[in-house]
Amino acid sequence: MLRVSTFTGAKVTGTTTIRTTIGSQQLITKSLLARFYSSQIPLKVPVTLPNGIKYEQPTGLFINNEFVASKQGKTFEVLNPSTEDVICDVYESREEDVDLAVDAASKAFNSEWSSQDPAIRGEYLLKLADLIEEHSEVLAGIEALDNGKALISARGDVALVAKYLRSCGGWADKIFGSLIETGDSHFNYARREPLGVCGQIIPWNFPLLMWSWKVGPALATGNTVVLKSAESTPLSALYASQLVKEAGFPAGVVNTLSGFGKITGNAIAAHPKIKKVAFTGSTATGKHIMKTAAESNLKKVTLELGGKSPNIVFEDADINKAVANIILGIYYNSGEVCCAGSRVYVQESIYDEVAKAFKAAAEAVKVGDPFENGVFQGPQTSQNQLNKILDYINIGTQEGATLISGGKRKGNKGYFVEPTIFGDVSEDMRIVKEEIFGPVVTMSKFKDVDEVIKLGNDTEYGLAAGIHTTNLNTAIKVAHSLKAGTVWINTYNDFHQMVPFGGFGQSGIGREMGKEALDNYTQVKAVRIARTN
Amino acid sequence: MSKEVEITLPNGTKYLQPTGLFINNEYVCGSKGNLIDSIDPATGQVICSVECAEELDVDKAVQAAKAAFYDVWKDSISPSERGDLLYKLYELTKANKDILAQIEAFDSGKPLETNAVFDIDECIGVLKYYAGWADKSHGEYIPINKDKWCLTKHEPFGVVGQIVPWNYPLGMAIWKIAPALAAGNTLVLKSAENTPLSILYFGKLILEAGFPPGVVNFISGFGPIAGSALATHQDVRKIAFTGSTHTGRIIQKLASDTLKAVTLECGGKSPLLVFKDCDLDQAVKWAAIGIFSNMGQICTSTSRIYIEEEIYQEFLNKYVIHVKQEYKQGLPFEHKDVVVGPQVSKLQRDKILEYIEIGKKEGAKLLLGGSKPLEDKYSQGWFVEPTIFSDVNNKMRIVREEIFGPVVVCGKFKTQEEAIKLANDTEYGLGAAVFTKDNSKAFKVADAIEAGMVWINSSNDSDFHVPFGGVKMSGHGRELGDYGLNTYTQAKAIHVNTGFLL
Repeated sequence: MLRVSTFTGAKVTGTTTIRTTIGSQQLITKSLLARFYSSQIPLKVPVTLPNGIKYEQPTGLFINNEFVASKQGKTFEVLNPSTEDVICDVYESREEDVDLAVDAASKAFNSEWSSQDPAIRGEYLLKLADLIEEHSEVLAGIEALDNGKALISARGDVALVAKYLRSCGGWADKIFGSLIETGDSHFNYARREPLGVCGQIIPWNFPLLMWSWKVGPALATGNTVVLKSAESTPLSALYASQLVKEAGFPAGVVNTLSGFGKITGNAIAAHPKIKKVAFTGSTATGKHIMKTAAESNLKKVTLELGGKSPNIVFEDADINKAVANIILGIYYNSGEVCCAGSRVYVQESIYDEVAKAFKAAAEAVKVGDPFENGVFQGPQTSQNQLNKILDYINIGTQEGATLISGGKRKGNKGYFVEPTIFGDVSEDMRIVKEEIFGPVVTMSKFKDVDEVIKLGNDTEYGLAAGIHTTNLNTAIKVAHSLKAGTVWINTYNDFHQMVPFGGFGQSGIGREMGKEALDNYTQVKAVRIARTN
Repeated sequence: MSKEVEITLPNGTKYLQPTGLFINNEYVCGSKGNLIDSIDPATGQVICSVECAEELDVDKAVQAAKAAFYDVWKDSISPSERGDLLYKLYELTKANKDILAQIEAFDSGKPLETNAVFDIDECIGVLKYYAGWADKSHGEYIPINKDKWCLTKHEPFGVVGQIVPWNYPLGMAIWKIAPALAAGNTLVLKSAENTPLSILYFGKLILEAGFPPGVVNFISGFGPIAGSALATHQDVRKIAFTGSTHTGRIIQKLASDTLKAVTLECGGKSPLLVFKDCDLDQAVKWAAIGIFSNMGQICTSTSRIYIEEEIYQEFLNKYVIHVKQEYKQGLPFEHKDVVVGPQVSKLQRDKILEYIEIGKKEGAKLLLGGSKPLEDKYSQGWFVEPTIFSDVNNKMRIVREEIFGPVVVCGKFKTQEEAIKLANDTEYGLGAAVFTKDNSKAFKVADAIEAGMVWINSSNDSDFHVPFGGVKMSGHGRELGDYGLNTYTQAKAIHVNTGFLL
């Protein structure tokens, strides 16, 4: 949803200055105004984080290593989901800004960027990783402020960003082709070449981490990037873009646009000069992007989409640890995790015991201000998400599921939801089938290994799964039988920069992180030389 | 850090040179109090004396490396953390680049501006490259059947012993240290007795980078004592050696009692083939770099040049003029145009002069050089003029034996087949170069030559991304690239039986 800038001193068509105020009754008027008026805001604004850290937030579009105003001068508000207050405004990109960014990225790609010694690319990425570490407290703070995630989670995100970018720096000069023996008559080899300008569209649940998962492998392999951040969380990507410049990347290699999916996202997916589009977000949008990519210029597509991942507890599991992992699986990042363990299956002999322990643990989860000590679950990222989650809780109750814990909005300011558990669910309920993307989990029982494999796989998705057991054979059998891109055994939501991540089924195409991510960003050229003499 | 002396370099720079054995992150004395004089090859003067490792000291270093491996390095430091330590070492090497290059030039006689600085650049690149590999050496998942599957794990050996030569003192050390550490080993490295200084200085950077004590140990010492002790030590699981084929054989024999894994980079007599359809000016320039850089003290130097007979004379004429003009002799610190410094030692210098005499007696035609330079400034150092012989045949000792100095032999060939035959007529198989504009010919010759490296239209432009090593009597195993990493790991197969019941 587009909201007009509330920046004091917004200009009307560059001549008349009006003053706008924050107030819901004026929202409609302001939205209307936004169609006709553009605002001019500074390209940097001072922001004070709730923990007192002050920093300068870039607000422009990052194109060709510069922050610039959008062509139409449109801006939008960025809200703090903990308080619903405006943090600042940022410039909003439109089609013509995408064109500019693509031109810059094309020019950069056709310069020495893609053909020079790959170790040089590696060096920029190493430098960027160092800078992310240097700025980690500010970045974690931005992430907690803008997304609402607990500061402690945000710090974890930033640490993984640095590690991942550093690993990409190491990969840059380790992208090998192969030599293929076909006998005396020919000499053959295969090279891995970059694709060109890559379009990337990232979600709002891990704003900076997803930024790094996208730009890291694209740059390591010699591509250039036009990336759109999510409209609800544009701040960390803009801040990190300044570090891109500081790390020494040539102009145009990385371009970061704030904007909306229907406009900017669509323009990226449809752009004739973009050779590949990588998207992380909902399955519905993923399908649309794939279609748009196909219709425009048959761009390569990789997608990381939704999930409804099973988290399975066997009777021989260490129950305390299993419950801790279930909590981590669904309430970490307020449940806004594509691989959240949102369907918990417990073997019937221990169902009641687990349900009791889980309820107690869920009620002990500290929900609140992301900057407050001990808070594990912050607010949802937006009003939209809050409404959607509350709707689903309603649906679950109507479907006849038993509400074991939670089930309500917490407070009336900020988008907080109580950690929620539904029991006695059946597989046909919408709350079991559909991705809720919030702190809502369903719990049901199973008899044996075969049944739980069937239940686990009874979904259109296939992103992740958790298995809790002390029996090696059970762990392995279930791990190998589940249709999921990631299986965690006696752990959950446990990422590592060297381990690939991605989905089966309608959870996506391609893999991020690990060596596999590099394949998403290269194409193979076979060279076959005839030996004539 | 007690064992240090202040050294004044020929350009006036002063620095503190550690002189102890670097064991367990400390510089310590040798057990017998023996010292090695490190000599400036440009003047024959002693630079300083360093502690000399005896058998007992080797054992001490190995025990430190073993304790470090089992107590800390193996389990408590993750692969990514190993990478972080190597990245730190890379940053520190970059920051110490100037002093390291100067030490290298002083101790080994490399001209500072045209040679030593590039060695350190290479060290920096290699450290960064293997820092990146530390968390990327992955095993495999191998499906067998519905009841069974397997995993492979790339495990380090434990303590590895490394013995490096004097032609690229720090360069060869880093080629060994970086992959060994990236792969998760701990190490004891022996420097060459002629050139211990840069490696000892490098120990300071190991300390500063924060490596746990015992992970990296440097000892100065002699081959027959310290080298031999390392090659026979029960707790050293792998030995890597760069040096002569003669010594390589001894090392392999010594290692056989404890059945260590062995990798050897040994001698060479690498051919360079010039076909008439090549870019002749380029061939001339590369043929000069291939033998006269680093005073010919390169195991891969292309020391045998074979030229297609139609262009034989033209090549030789141009070659002599080019070498005369471009390969300026001088003192290592003298000025930035000096390309040819002294040989590393009197022993080497005398050996080279002896080969030149042998060549003359064998009837080869001396086209250039052939003796010590006459100017006064060279009188105390170990200099040899760039020397070119032509009209050689494959029976001559100067064609068969490795001279390891600035002496090249030139012969001619009629056909591609003959060129390949001449090129392969050697016990060695390290490098080879071929000059032609014909792609088919280039790749055909590249396939046919028995060598670990083939350069098409260049010579000796090795790169740390690309494996380096020899076939035949030039050694076995590869350094650099991911192959270099693999020689420091061993695969452990994990068989998982989930359903095969007896």
